[in-house]
Amino acid sequence: MSIEIDRVNKRFRDFVAVDDVSLTFREGELTALLGPSGSGKTTLLRIIAGLEQPDTGRIRFHGEDTTDLHVSKRGVGFVFQHYALFKHMTVFQNVAYGLTVRPRATRPTKDEIKQKVMRLLELVQLDWTAHRYPHQLSGGQRQRIALARALAVEPKVLLLDEPFGALDAKVRAELRRWLRRLHDDIHVTSVFVTHDQEEALEVSDRVVVMNKGRVEQDGSPEEVYDHPANPFVYRFLGNVNLFEARVHQGSAHIGGIALPAPEYADQRNEHGHAYVRPHEIEVFARQEHADALPAKVELVSVVGPAVRLELHTDASDALVHAELPKHRYRALGLSQGSDAWIRPLHSRVFLPDERVLNG
Amino acid sequence: MNTSNQAASEVDRADTPTASDNDALAKRWRRATEEPAWLKVTLITVALAFVALFLVLPLSVVLFGAFERGIATWLEAIRDPDALSAIRLTLLIVAIVVPLNTLFGIAAAWAIAKFEFRGKPILISLIDMPFAISPVVVGLIFVILFGSQGWLGPWLAAHDLRIIFAVPGIVIVIAFGTLPFIARELIPLMQQQGKEEEEASLTLGASGFKTFWHVTLPNIKWGLIYGIILCNARAMGEFGAVAVVSGRIRGETNTVPLHIEVLYNEYMFTAAFAVSSLLTGLALVTIAIKSVVEWQDERRQRRAAA
Repeated sequence: MSIEIDRVNKRFRDFVAVDDVSLTFREGELTALLGPSGSGKTTLLRIIAGLEQPDTGRIRFHGEDTTDLHVSKRGVGFVFQHYALFKHMTVFQNVAYGLTVRPRATRPTKDEIKQKVMRLLELVQLDWTAHRYPHQLSGGQRQRIALARALAVEPKVLLLDEPFGALDAKVRAELRRWLRRLHDDIHVTSVFVTHDQEEALEVSDRVVVMNKGRVEQDGSPEEVYDHPANPFVYRFLGNVNLFEARVHQGSAHIGGIALPAPEYADQRNEHGHAYVRPHEIEVFARQEHADALPAKVELVSVVGPAVRLELHTDASDALVHAELPKHRYRALGLSQGSDAWIRPLHSRVFLPDERVLNG
Repeated sequence: MNTSNQAASEVDRADTPTASDNDALAKRWRRATEEPAWLKVTLITVALAFVALFLVLPLSVVLFGAFERGIATWLEAIRDPDALSAIRLTLLIVAIVVPLNTLFGIAAAWAIAKFEFRGKPILISLIDMPFAISPVVVGLIFVILFGSQGWLGPWLAAHDLRIIFAVPGIVIVIAFGTLPFIARELIPLMQQQGKEEEEASLTLGASGFKTFWHVTLPNIKWGLIYGIILCNARAMGEFGAVAVVSGRIRGETNTVPLHIEVLYNEYMFTAAFAVSSLLTGLALVTIAIKSVVEWQDERRQRRAAA
């Protein structure tokens, strides 16, 4: 079941939560709505579910207008950040809830409900918890129960609001891989909201980056990460270094070096910003290349298998962050305070008249 | 409601230190929240002395006074037609007022906890008003409104309706006086619970009523029962406002508390105590029911957990 969002607007008093958003989620796809807090991603998800009404715009499920359909009639499965399990019911009763509250005419028999619930509990590998209460389960287990409960009503679309936001890092990583596998099995159109770029890039088929109620970029995880559409997406998806650059006839000049910027072949002596990711900066102990910038190592931090350097260079106002593997760092023989040379391998240049956003 | 139990178990735990293998070590490594023994004993003594002096002693006096001259005298006082009529009236009022305020309490708490609207702080303060106003003043307000000299008096007289010095007046002032109990109990509870569970229920296809019945109501059950018990106790015991609007017509508009006062003023102390013991007994019974229900529920949960 595809979901179509057609020019949806939503404001809360003076705050614009969703600003003229149009999107289509294709059938069977797992999409991440990624953005900082206050970017409108949760509001958009709640509008799709019917938990909020848009001020203007339409929502269509598979071409059928559902904008005015009550949330209980929409056939969506919704998973909340804080699980929202029914505290006073057992796990079994929680999962069975969507079936037991159906009107008598469409309600399955007790045996059918029991079979279905147990099958779902097996699917989330928690069939042994059927007679427990939610407070007796861990956070990760509760979220899996919440998912089983949402799936029990065979929703047309599955919506997840920061589903792993309240869990610790390890459980979170396990659970998102599990969600990916589960989605590959059941193939229901799913949208999940997250502010964690790693989560979005790892789990989803498609990433929609949102900021201030607008869609900044919409594409596959690779596309979004490798070719950010604007400075905001660049900054939001991972760390990035910012260099002042002079853009002239298809190249960007930073300090004494020139980087190719073919998209600006017609520009002459424009001022712009070059964005370079930390792992795209090469570090040398000596001036091995003519197009390297002189720098000084200000801080070295070893993070597991990687080493992060903070370097000072005249070409950038802020410290430049570079990331390299530990063995490479050892081979260089650098230490805090020593002189070094840096060379951007790849950069993306934006001119100030393009939308510059706060990061 | 459970704080007393929790406090008791807190004390138990303090008596059996977790690092009991080495008592000397345990003593030195006393936790920051543990107090010296003399302080514990003093606090417990003070609390128990207060309870004994201000709760247990008066209760015993009432029961002693009621049964001093034997069960026959007690029965006689209760069977007096005026007493029976007062009891009937009080029960009638409880039967009207408690459901009314339960409905209002849930509606008000729901509105305040689950919706955003203008004037919400004003509504919250207004709900508290009956607590702040003296009951006598409440009675006077309604006399001014509905009395024969009051604003609506002539209209009521023209339509042959009696409110003041009649049952409707008593119901109104008691409903007013007990209005905050259930709402006050439910508002913080519902605010703290938020609306996620209700939203989950709706997305699962449950109707608004089913969501209320299966999700909201079980979550507020204890607060609601507690509020109803308080409301019930106050409705039976309300004196000041009723004294103003009822006119104290014996056998007609005397509630139990008013009847007790009448007996007392007529130097019929044993009868006054006998009727008082009824109210006291009802209070004890409601508290007992509440404890039993709570205990049952806890046991059910424990059994399910095992």
